[in-house]
Amino acid sequence: MRLTLNVWRQKDRKSEGRFVTYDAPDISPDMSFLEMLDVVNERLIGKGEDPIAFDHDCREGICGTCGMVINGAPHGPRRATTACQLHMRSFKDGDTITIEPWRATAFPVLRDLVVDRSAFDRIIAAGGFITAPTGSAPDGNAILVPKPDADHSMDAAACIGCGACVAACPNASAMLFTSAKAAHLGLLPQGQPERDERALKMVAQMDAEGFGSCTNHFECEAACPKEISVEWIARLYRDYMKATLTRPADTGRGEGGVG
Amino acid sequence: MTLDAKVPAGPIEKKWDQHRFEMKLVNPANKRKYNVIVVGSGLAGGAAAATLAQLGYNVKCFCYQDSPRRAHSIAAQGGINAAKNYQNDGDSIYRLFYDTVKGGDFRAREANVYRLAQISVNIIDQCVAQGVPFAREYGGTLDNRSFGGAQVSRTFYARGQTGQQLLLGAYQALEKQIGLGKVQMYSRHEMLELVMIDGRARGIVVRDMVTGKIESHVADDVILATGGYGNAFYLATYAKGCNATAIWRAYKKGAYFANPCYTQIHPTCIPVTGDHQSKLTLMSESLRNDGRIWVPKKKGDTRPPDQIPEDERDYYLERRYPAFGNLVPRDIASRAAKQVSDEGRGVGPTGLGVYLDFSDAIKRLGQPVIAEKYGNLFDMYERITDENPYKVPMRIWPAIHYTMGGLWVDYNLMSTIPGLHVLGEANFSDHGANRLGASALMQGLADGYFVIPYTIGDYLASSSLPKVGTDHPAFKEAEASVDGRVKKLLAINGTRTVDSFHRELGKILWEYCGMARTAEGLKTALEKIPALREEFWKSVRVLGDGASLNQSLEKAGRVADFLELGELICRDALERNESCGGHFRLEYQTPEGEARRDDEHFTHVAAWQYTGDGQAPTRHQEPLAFEYVHPSQRSYK
Repeated sequence: MRLTLNVWRQKDRKSEGRFVTYDAPDISPDMSFLEMLDVVNERLIGKGEDPIAFDHDCREGICGTCGMVINGAPHGPRRATTACQLHMRSFKDGDTITIEPWRATAFPVLRDLVVDRSAFDRIIAAGGFITAPTGSAPDGNAILVPKPDADHSMDAAACIGCGACVAACPNASAMLFTSAKAAHLGLLPQGQPERDERALKMVAQMDAEGFGSCTNHFECEAACPKEISVEWIARLYRDYMKATLTRPADTGRGEGGVG
Repeated sequence: MTLDAKVPAGPIEKKWDQHRFEMKLVNPANKRKYNVIVVGSGLAGGAAAATLAQLGYNVKCFCYQDSPRRAHSIAAQGGINAAKNYQNDGDSIYRLFYDTVKGGDFRAREANVYRLAQISVNIIDQCVAQGVPFAREYGGTLDNRSFGGAQVSRTFYARGQTGQQLLLGAYQALEKQIGLGKVQMYSRHEMLELVMIDGRARGIVVRDMVTGKIESHVADDVILATGGYGNAFYLATYAKGCNATAIWRAYKKGAYFANPCYTQIHPTCIPVTGDHQSKLTLMSESLRNDGRIWVPKKKGDTRPPDQIPEDERDYYLERRYPAFGNLVPRDIASRAAKQVSDEGRGVGPTGLGVYLDFSDAIKRLGQPVIAEKYGNLFDMYERITDENPYKVPMRIWPAIHYTMGGLWVDYNLMSTIPGLHVLGEANFSDHGANRLGASALMQGLADGYFVIPYTIGDYLASSSLPKVGTDHPAFKEAEASVDGRVKKLLAINGTRTVDSFHRELGKILWEYCGMARTAEGLKTALEKIPALREEFWKSVRVLGDGASLNQSLEKAGRVADFLELGELICRDALERNESCGGHFRLEYQTPEGEARRDDEHFTHVAAWQYTGDGQAPTRHQEPLAFEYVHPSQRSYK
């Protein structure tokens, strides 16, 4: 295959970026999208040009490190597939492919296609956990968990934190990510004691990071490589409403994200 | 130097209890006076950092990824072992201990393995409490499945994403401590040097991978939990960023490197498609519960699998190992695949493949049941190969997956450098010459949640640790050495890319030090690797500068270390004149082609001491005693 790539190049956070066009001949349809970029980079280095920086690690679709907007779609054209699991057989000989980083205020570009997603970590640090000091746990079977609850919790827990939901959202909202974590923990009996506080604190942090509000476009679900459902967003609305009504606002709650 | 493993006295089931009582404690008010560095944020490092912070220590945690949640523990699929005996099928702590020692081909330290089996039950409780959504039965109890090398069902799992869920549990506990200010997290930071003062590990030098800034960090104890070194082989199931730099820097500062030749080759990975291949993808061992492995009986049979009748198929694992069948340990399954392929009966375009066939299980259980158990794995297979495994048998082939070797540690998980503890895959401790499936997650979490929190206190309480700062000459020297190395790599400006060197090293290691090794081949590798290393330092091309995000520079530093470590792997394999577990020397096999150990001469850990660049390292021994599980020819028939 021979492809033309339009790639976003940006030296660092402060520099201005621009698209640069590259000719990419001799691409095998068996290559993954990232292996195609490896080949392009090897050739650039051969010519003395800086290779394209992009984030990647496991290349098995589970670590959530890779992420780029490919022809306008986060992770590219294939549904439920991360960029590392996308193969070049999804493209045609002669195609032009535009490759950009995630675009969101809360995800500043560090270089080329690499962005800073530490805002997600701070949302988890604010409340995306169950407090269970090491050594304090009862026997694993002491608290029974109905199978459907465990299964639904696992559905939500499958989120890989890649940020495609934010990149896909016209408001750059992080509601899918945040609500999936709230649902993963809130569906389990172990997650009940902190459920209200979790909703309040995670939403407040989400707002503080500069993510936009959810206005029900549901682009996030369409772009999600793990097919996380927007039903969790509705669940987080309910948790948040209930928490605001039943708990005094001592946790610095924000309003925007659930608008 | 004699290697003292510091194994406590007494009967094996009492050792850990007694040791916990005898170890010194740091009182709660004093814990906040100690600073601990944890390098790596996977199951071992993440669990350790979170737990030590809960206890009150000041923790700094470092990872090269953009978030601690991305450590490669996340990719573990199948499950985690624990001796809960919830299935009432005869499991016990002793049986898990027995299976693990036997599975490791009698090359592990018994006391460590027993402790691991004891702690395994606490791990499951801890993870459930954190909200890990383990698979459940309809009554609400935890579900189990079976895994290689065991005849009981003791593996707990969360679909095919067990590692991910366990890591998220540790990560969330860690993030809570970060939010509380007890852990300072340094993502996108790579440790490039260990700093020693007065013979103790007292800090590290790191490079900020975004700004290129070289920084020093002081501590009273340094914990390395940086994973294994399998990426020396280039093509492996590891994440692309996994590297040995942290443990290699520690080795060069005096930490002994134990059993580097014990590398694990996983039997069920997706075969290679071409030279562009950047990594190999694992298909979980759990698939061997329901998939049947076969090849055609005839050589060079190129018919599609559905046109090969039942009586012309060789289910070679079921035939050779009727007791364990498709669930033999990984080393045995990998070698058997190589044997049938060497006989010309491999499948797929390259002949480097065997079938993993689910048609019987689909007939027996129905497609929905198979989809519920393995759906995400089947989807992944289809995305990569463009073949539907519900219809066509999977093609699988062995690949480098784990390293049982690593830095030598004593029973307290301390290396030969005082104040340097090593956890998880980065140490050598529990798996002997072969790791059983679902035991890596168990070991990482055992080390992080339940071992280091006790043993670190003993070290800190019994050591004199005068206050030092980053202005100490040892830090300045280490910073200068790191800076010099970065500049040296950038200044070569040769003709070859870093990846081209890495691929070449990987080919040498796979050919001469992979599934089957010989003295002659290893000697060849020991000539080729130094030559390749010399060429690397002459003609590698690293563009860009050191003061910004530079992925070529990061890779170059790691490959430079692999080029040294690769030589040590081969040297260790050459010295170990026997076959055991993942280390198979063609000269040492039984008439049936099984590994033949030499217990008289090799019932020991080989621990290598660095003696200087260009000089042969010294091989030390830690003798192993098997008082409970008596070495026998490992049989899975």
